[in-house]
Amino acid sequence: MTDTIFYDIIIIGSGIAGLRAAISAASEDNNLKIAVISKVQVMRSHSVSAEGGTAAVIQEDDNLESHIYDTIKGSDYLADQDVAERLVQKIPFEIYQLEHWGMPWSRKKEDGRIDQRWFGGYSYPRATYAQDRVGFFEMQTLYDTCLKYENIHFFNEWFCTAILTSDNDNFCGVTAIEMKTGDFIKFRALAGIICTGGAGRIYSFSTYAYSSTPDGLDMAYRAGLALKDMEFVQFHPTGILPSGILITEGARGEGGYLINNKGERFMKKYAPNKLELASRDVVSRGMMKELEEGRGFKSEAGVDCLKIDLTHLGMEKIQERLGGIREIGIKFSGVDIAEESIQIRPVCHYMMGGIHTDIDGATEMNGLWSAGEAACNSTHGANRLGANSTAECLVWGTITGQLAARYALDRKSRKSQSSIDQQEVINEEKRIYDGIFRGSGQLNPYEVRMELTNTMDSNAHVFRTERGLAEGLKKVRDLMRSKWKHVNDTAREYNTNFINVMEIDSMFRIAEVVLLCALNRHESRGAHAMVEYPKRDDANFMKHSLAYFGGSDQNDPKTDWCPVTFTHYKPEERHY
Amino acid sequence: MANNIIVKLKRLNRRRESERGENTSDGNINKNHDSNDKPKQNKKGKLRDKIVLKVFRINYTKDKSHYYDEFEIPLQKSTTVLDALIYAKSYLDNSIAIRYSCRMASCGSCGMRINGIPRLACYTNLSEFEEEDTITCDPLANFPHIRDLVTDFTQFYDHHKQMKPYIHNENADVSNTRQSPLSEFGQSHEDVEKYLQFSYCIKCGLCYSACPTVATDTKFPGPQALSQAYRYYIDTRDVMDRDRLKIIDDRHGIWRCHFAGSCSKVCPKGVDPALGIQLLRDQMFSFSKHEKKIARELGRMNR
Repeated sequence: MTDTIFYDIIIIGSGIAGLRAAISAASEDNNLKIAVISKVQVMRSHSVSAEGGTAAVIQEDDNLESHIYDTIKGSDYLADQDVAERLVQKIPFEIYQLEHWGMPWSRKKEDGRIDQRWFGGYSYPRATYAQDRVGFFEMQTLYDTCLKYENIHFFNEWFCTAILTSDNDNFCGVTAIEMKTGDFIKFRALAGIICTGGAGRIYSFSTYAYSSTPDGLDMAYRAGLALKDMEFVQFHPTGILPSGILITEGARGEGGYLINNKGERFMKKYAPNKLELASRDVVSRGMMKELEEGRGFKSEAGVDCLKIDLTHLGMEKIQERLGGIREIGIKFSGVDIAEESIQIRPVCHYMMGGIHTDIDGATEMNGLWSAGEAACNSTHGANRLGANSTAECLVWGTITGQLAARYALDRKSRKSQSSIDQQEVINEEKRIYDGIFRGSGQLNPYEVRMELTNTMDSNAHVFRTERGLAEGLKKVRDLMRSKWKHVNDTAREYNTNFINVMEIDSMFRIAEVVLLCALNRHESRGAHAMVEYPKRDDANFMKHSLAYFGGSDQNDPKTDWCPVTFTHYKPEERHY
Repeated sequence: MANNIIVKLKRLNRRRESERGENTSDGNINKNHDSNDKPKQNKKGKLRDKIVLKVFRINYTKDKSHYYDEFEIPLQKSTTVLDALIYAKSYLDNSIAIRYSCRMASCGSCGMRINGIPRLACYTNLSEFEEEDTITCDPLANFPHIRDLVTDFTQFYDHHKQMKPYIHNENADVSNTRQSPLSEFGQSHEDVEKYLQFSYCIKCGLCYSACPTVATDTKFPGPQALSQAYRYYIDTRDVMDRDRLKIIDDRHGIWRCHFAGSCSKVCPKGVDPALGIQLLRDQMFSFSKHEKKIARELGRMNR
């Protein structure tokens, strides 16, 4: 019989969305017991790597309408327009709230007020920044502020494995493994929020942290919740070689040039007005065209690449505003960006898709919300604008934290506590201990993982073909069903071999969904560019894709569609 | 007196910089032009294509004794210690316990002692070790072991929390104030400069591992926590003022630090915790209950 830990609200994931949700829930009522459960130590989540900015309308000559329009245009009109409106209306408050909690925003020299910079796809320089370590500072501010609340408890290095429901399909907790001891434990709670971030590690060349695997998405998917718009994977124009570490879009926002092997600023061909500051999908496609047509450089790692040139910005500006990436360039590429241009290539960076939620971040399950990159509330549609992601985490962290708190308070007052379905716990134990921990197979899971991520890199990249996607899907399915699922490390304590194999298991299911949904969308929209269908097709595909788990890895996912919400922005062709 | 110490400290810092051939005046960047060059030649003059990684192994709950395993790692020009460990874990021994995440020196997970010195594995390029054929990885000192290179940070986090590391101000929660929720405190460039370098702390624990005082007194908050106490004390938005300093004016508090300076030497983000501690002390001389007593004790010890 596994032990049970009781909380009012459990938050799974400790990035910007998770910590913001914790504070929001904790300040709703200090009698609520809140657990933040993280598979890493709480302040280590991948949000720390966000670099460039958080978009918000805070200057007098900027306006909300413009931010909403830019977001919807950036989304290639697949954003739910009411959701984009809410993002834009709520984010200014978050910027000031962080300022009050100690965030070291970069400030204007003349009056000490919060400064902003240009970012891609915007018609106003509205990316609020703190040098080029925005995510790191936001995380630090939120982490430290969490410490003020005695009712927020951190569970460092607890790996959640499954969502538990009660008989009438209400959320009632999760199962988790305490990594330090290896104990398998149940958390029982009135409400839950999934904030486990994106899953970009299903690609090899990726800006994501090693920990950004789809465990959270997969947990929801296995519990019967839909994943929405998973075909839309954002490739950021500037990842350095060979590691894929990000050079912030702020580098172009501050005036950096992208150049090909002829020394041309080639973006003038693809986005004559905005050039390097077009939206990311447009810039990445421009770059891949240049590479296909032979105007790239050969990197030492062997792949083709282009360069970003920042040398004309001058040491002072680079040091003050881009010091972090200068450090990264020197350390991880051996190049000082203040002195020479640096090799870059489009790199997997963000997943527009995620757990299907409504405008409030509520999932299809009572008592369960989702926020941040793990969720797909359809703010970003088919392509997210830079600096809108940290914004989304903050806004829906706050919203879901508050709603989950109110829901938990209401259930507490009615003494409504549903009991855990023991059969679910037994099934989950079977799945992970019999199926994985004591699993068998000749293949090395780590090699299988590399094959999976390489397949995603080559078959579901910036430009996609039907044949490539179909072949990728077949390969992923064959691999998924091959004999690899086993753990060599038999210890209970801090068994990351076990954790890794569970992560790989979840990567397969999510990769399958990405490929399948991409195959189903016969058009080019935002980050999803199909060679055979080069145009956007509003008549047939102005809709969100949904994917449901088929019940076992032997069955194909079930797919469906749902409509896009419009307010008053009419779809038009995008030009930058 | 305090000013003298700061001058000395700064001199010490400069000397360390010049010893390491590093240039921190332009923003604390550890320049290392060696990294990412071609594979290194070893002392015998041959091009190196592999290196031996010696890894500390322990499972504390099973057996309190430890041993080392050696792994041969193929070397590429940009291989970091973290890459090497992940290679070993993936292909040579799946049971190695390591903690890592961002691989870009932002998250602070992969602190360990590499050839004896506390460093981040992701931020240490193997090409730096021209002379050695073997690189040894040990867990951070001053932290209890969990398994292999993974240590327990509970006490370290508790020390940080004890500093009340958040802005104390009745207007801190925007929605609870009478001000417009869309107003800011505002800070001048100079205001920000006072705390900025201390806010680069990623809580990786390297300074804590290097600190000789922590090694002898686990109640001592350590350089990370103390520098964060200063970071919030000096922030113009914070009004806790002297109450913040009282937290650390304790027998086991700030006065235990005897300026070994090793904390500042190992920080991967260019934070100078020793300077933070010094600046904090400056603020405390006027009212501390413990300063004289502890200074006397330490004076005796050092004699």
